[in-house]
Amino acid sequence: MADYREIISAYKEVPGGIIEAYHAVQKEYSYIPEDAVVYAAQVFDMPKAKAYGVATFYSYLQVGPRGKNVIRICESAPCHIAGADKVVAALEKELGIKMGETTPDGKFTLEFAECVGQCQATPVITINSQPYGDVTADKVAAILAEYK
Amino acid sequence: MAEEMRIVLRNYGKVDPLNIDSYTQVGGYQALAKAKSMSQPDLIEEVKKSGLRGRGGAGFNTGMKWGFSYGVKADQKYVICNADEGEPGTYKDRIIMENDPQSVLEGMAICGYAIGANKGYIYCRGEYPYVVEILNKAIAQASEKGLLGDFNIEVRMGAGAYVCGEESALIESIEGHRGEPRFKPPFPPVIGLWGKPTIVNNVETFANIPAIVDKGADWYKGIGAAGYPGTKVMTLTGDIVNRTVIEVPTNTTIRQVLNDFGGGIAGGKKFKAVQIGGTSGGFIPESLLDTPIDFDSMSAIGATLGSGAFFVMDETRDIVDVIDRISKFFAHESCGKCTPCREGTQRMHEMLHRVKNGGAVAGDLDFMERLGSVMSKACLCGLGQAAPAPVLTTLKHFRNDYTAKFN
Ligand SMILES: Cc1cc2nc3c(=O)[nH]c(=O)nc-3n(C[C@H](O)[C@H](O)[C@H](O)COP(=O)(O)O)c2cc1C
Ligand code: SF4
Ligand code: FES
Repeated sequence: MADYREIISAYKEVPGGIIEAYHAVQKEYSYIPEDAVVYAAQVFDMPKAKAYGVATFYSYLQVGPRGKNVIRICESAPCHIAGADKVVAALEKELGIKMGETTPDGKFTLEFAECVGQCQATPVITINSQPYGDVTADKVAAILAEYK
Repeated sequence: MAEEMRIVLRNYGKVDPLNIDSYTQVGGYQALAKAKSMSQPDLIEEVKKSGLRGRGGAGFNTGMKWGFSYGVKADQKYVICNADEGEPGTYKDRIIMENDPQSVLEGMAICGYAIGANKGYIYCRGEYPYVVEILNKAIAQASEKGLLGDFNIEVRMGAGAYVCGEESALIESIEGHRGEPRFKPPFPPVIGLWGKPTIVNNVETFANIPAIVDKGADWYKGIGAAGYPGTKVMTLTGDIVNRTVIEVPTNTTIRQVLNDFGGGIAGGKKFKAVQIGGTSGGFIPESLLDTPIDFDSMSAIGATLGSGAFFVMDETRDIVDVIDRISKFFAHESCGKCTPCREGTQRMHEMLHRVKNGGAVAGDLDFMERLGSVMSKACLCGLGQAAPAPVLTTLKHFRNDYTAKFN
């Protein structure tokens, strides 16, 4: 795995580049390590509180550990009426964890999301940003199998 | 039977988004050449005369906006394409960018020439990393062929904050800050990104530009509703037979969209409500379905065209449950900068939750109406101002659904 220091430093000269740097770190680690926020504050020459404030403002960015594969379930109104709650129940059952939690082996994290822009096929989940549409409880096991 | 008309999606399925030659073969980049043969004021006047109004929701005349930036002397100006697309039920900008990215780039370059900017940004939502890839390839191909001239475009990724679709919050985000809206005025066309004059336009707005420059303002002005000419791309979601994307002239009615393109309500059920414009839009009952979709006709019935999302609900849907969910969205997405929104969205969600669970009393509905009307006036940005719209319009048109929850 590339060191977050290298990843962040590559954006040093990009105006306003801290968010791009965070994206790049998260792409590699699947989250932003706390130490990476401190390091980003140095690189972009801002108080730690500010670097932390930026990282935590955005719901797509996660400071602190989470699973290797991040499963997000859209709960916006169109997905909600299409049965997102049934998909949530099936995912929780299949993985043995609740929403917001990570499996003990560190492989999967379950998170809620708002609309991910795939509303032609509600309900929708994404795994590491890859969308899956028209998800039903029956399909959950097969989808997860790709990542196990 | 109403018919589709494709201006924005003119190249949908006809060009290979990853091969710029297929775009130039259908006349791509001729509009930019034509624009550059005109003087900047003439070009801006042509866009203004076409009547094109922003497709991102606010409906401001595009040419007029460009004129503000053109009129400011500055050593640097910017063009930003708003591809944040966070409004639930909306995916039209994704469809445009995935299928015809060059149209958007060409539209941005025309704007750049018009106002005197040599730098553009596309702010694309973080949920679309695959679109970012397409855009970067498209930009590389256009630059390699020298088609963009000295206009340079960079893609920046949003990170899951709905409020960053608001143009001044978007600018803050590109600058590397928390995405909190700015106080206005000054407006971005005068003082925007890094304090410089900045035009922010929606993806669909930019995709219209090459066609307008190519065929002229008079052609465009003659299409659709007089006050909001052209077409609108709409995404149909919910309890409808065809969950799909369409592009229709703006004088098409809501009913035509639902029946002629949507194929009616799914499962042979009856219509109950449609929410147009995304999650911040108003709910519309059966009695208003013959309203045309254009901006002004929608405003006249207390609704919005917004992003053009159509979220359809059948007779079995629990309106209060849906509104409860929507109010949670706003409580979650409020950036917290101003009190009426930070507190108001939370209280609204609490009250709705109480109504949904049978714990409310008659006075609660009046209180929700009062809170909603205060928020729509007192909130700093459009998020807080529009947040009560779903509540207020359902209290107006579907009040029985609320009172039915009383114990
Ligand atoms: C909360 C909020 C979210 C918005 N989201 C978007 C968006 O996702 N895309 C967009 O183009 N405009 C969005 N807007 C509107 C922009 O502020 C701005 O009006 C628009 O980008 C201008 O482009 P246009 O004139 O081409 O419509 C949003 C506004 C608000 C208040
Ligand atoms: S209205 Fe809401 S989103 Fe807008 S500035 Fe105020 S708190 Fe932030
Ligand atoms: S509403 Fe769920 S993906 Fe858009």
